[in-house]
Amino acid sequence: MRFLTPDVFIGALREVGSTVVFIVVGTALLELATYLAWTPLSRFSQWVNQRLQFLGNKVRYALATLLIGGAGVFAVGAISVGQTPSPWSPYWPWALVALVIGLFISPTAVQIFHWRLRLPYMLLMPALVGLVLLVIYPLLWELNVSMTNLNPRHFKSPDFVGLRNYIDVFTKPVLKQVTFFPVFLHTILWTVINVVFHVSGGMGLALLLNRKMRLRGLYRTLLVFPWAIPQPVACLAWLGEFHYEYGFVNIMLQQIGLEPIQWLSNPTWNFVAMCITNIWLGIPFMMVIILGGLQSISNEFYEAAEMDGASPWQMFRSITVPLLRPVLTPAIVLGTVWTFTNFNVPFFINQNELETSDTLVTALFRSAFQYFNLGDAAAFAFVVFGILLIFSVLYIRVSGGLKGVYE
Amino acid sequence: MTSTDMQRKPQSAWARFFKPRSSREDSPFKRLLIHLALILSCVIAVYPVLRIVSVSLRPGDRLLSTSLAIIPPDATLEAYKTVLFDKEFPVWVWNSIVITTATAVVGVVLAATSAYAFSRWKFPGRSPGLVFLLSTQMLPAPMMMVPIYILASKLGLTNTYRGLVIAYSVTSVPFSIWILKGYYDTIPRELEEAALIDGVSRLSAFWRIVLPLSTPALAIVFLFSFMSAWTDYLLARVMIASERSLWTWVLGVRDFQGQFQTQWGLFSAASVMVAIPVMALFLYSSKWLISGLTLGSVKG
Repeated sequence: MRFLTPDVFIGALREVGSTVVFIVVGTALLELATYLAWTPLSRFSQWVNQRLQFLGNKVRYALATLLIGGAGVFAVGAISVGQTPSPWSPYWPWALVALVIGLFISPTAVQIFHWRLRLPYMLLMPALVGLVLLVIYPLLWELNVSMTNLNPRHFKSPDFVGLRNYIDVFTKPVLKQVTFFPVFLHTILWTVINVVFHVSGGMGLALLLNRKMRLRGLYRTLLVFPWAIPQPVACLAWLGEFHYEYGFVNIMLQQIGLEPIQWLSNPTWNFVAMCITNIWLGIPFMMVIILGGLQSISNEFYEAAEMDGASPWQMFRSITVPLLRPVLTPAIVLGTVWTFTNFNVPFFINQNELETSDTLVTALFRSAFQYFNLGDAAAFAFVVFGILLIFSVLYIRVSGGLKGVYE
Repeated sequence: MTSTDMQRKPQSAWARFFKPRSSREDSPFKRLLIHLALILSCVIAVYPVLRIVSVSLRPGDRLLSTSLAIIPPDATLEAYKTVLFDKEFPVWVWNSIVITTATAVVGVVLAATSAYAFSRWKFPGRSPGLVFLLSTQMLPAPMMMVPIYILASKLGLTNTYRGLVIAYSVTSVPFSIWILKGYYDTIPRELEEAALIDGVSRLSAFWRIVLPLSTPALAIVFLFSFMSAWTDYLLARVMIASERSLWTWVLGVRDFQGQFQTQWGLFSAASVMVAIPVMALFLYSSKWLISGLTLGSVKG
């Protein structure tokens, strides 16, 4: 047991403070190094470029792709999995050499190492290093692990199993009992139910609020409460309220003469409980976004439509919805991705650890952190990531919602 | 009879209740319905939050009661006293405050500079970079936890604040870059170009012109990274779970809730104390937050 004595107080400050100083100094040094290195690199790349002109761009691109790709494959294999170091790892300097040669062989090198671009690359470098360490490296690790049988039985020296884990995701149970497709369908159901309720609930409330009226500010503030409360607190509080005897949900049900419900142990009702919690949590976000969109629609459109004798429904369909599109599309994409990958709600509300209540993301957590089937979990993770990526790309293509983003 | 005649005819009070006075205004009946609907929604939104307060005020021997009253008849601050003086809760809150503030500062600095590069220059790797940043948002969070844990333990960063600060500040960077890039794009380049002609360097133009103009966006990004670190459970559990004195408040509150029968009151009191300042901050800044969100996502 530790109390907040001055020692503890200052100790925490000191450690975090030194970390910030470390990061800031590191960032500054990195930027300086990038800035200074760029001009010599630019000269070097031009020199190489002139020497290699005779090869032609196609050959150079092919060679560069080969070398860089080879270094990439090597990087995946060289990351040690389990406790025995990978047999490839002693050769990492060669991979680095291949990477550098590949980079300079490519005709793009002259464009990258242009002295005019030293500033943007300098500004990018710290974030890039951070992302390589915390996103790229973990991804390469996962890629390697997804092709091994790293699990409690082969923890010290896992074997390479090729793509078997990826096949197993679809043919064997991903957890102890449930298989992939039920979890997948369940997750889709979860996402669709939530997003539909979020958007329609948010739209309804926004339409109600989008007028001159008394107490508007108060309503708006109160309605944003579920978004403002820290999510873990909200989830844990709802978990308490779904308690069979003492939660208010069942008490209210009994007061209006209904039977109490086994929210936490019955799989179907547990799913309903998860949905209730997440719908409650998610409506304010959509409401606020849609309200912002509604307020930017000029009143003139409605006045003109009214003169032409349009009904409220017609106005909603042909003015409000199309003009809300630029706000609504990204909000729906974001909302879908956030719901699909939501961890807190399905994890916290599922107190009895029902596998049937798991969505893909919590199943992933369970597989890796409770059953320690790291190999299977890694393959599973890439499948989930792929699904999300495909969904997003399709949605953005179809709706054209993020047009103009790359200008 | 023409329609103008009809409008001139004196209407009964009952008719006036259902008819709008003019076509741009709602009838009193409709307004009543709207208020009723909004009040009902507000009750649904606020009641569960009030219940947390209510449970936190219950005396220890009446924790498990089936009363629905918001302020229990025998309200006490016993649970608050226990949480503040007999538990490590103050340490956990302090840990959270220090870690999240540092995280948000570092995250904003990293994102502000990178977003400027994305906004103002065309360079090889720009479009793939932006797509990559967007696709990191699709990575399921548990996927990264095992490798991050292994990397951290190789570098000796597990069970330290250092590891947690670094990990949090980097994870918020992609989203922040997108929002800030969107905001910088709305600032006309001519402003900086004028400064450049006057002999100011590019960096000081960024520092003196672009950054001050993007204060709202910077505040939003700061709040977002603060909030996401403040409410994170997963990474904290993976990185510092075994060292109780390093816990953040989320781990602590989850621990209280885990022992439902005995500590529901403690959970509620702790939640109330953590939630009130954050909710106040959030509600106060919500207008900004929203304008920032729509700016970042709509105006590309």
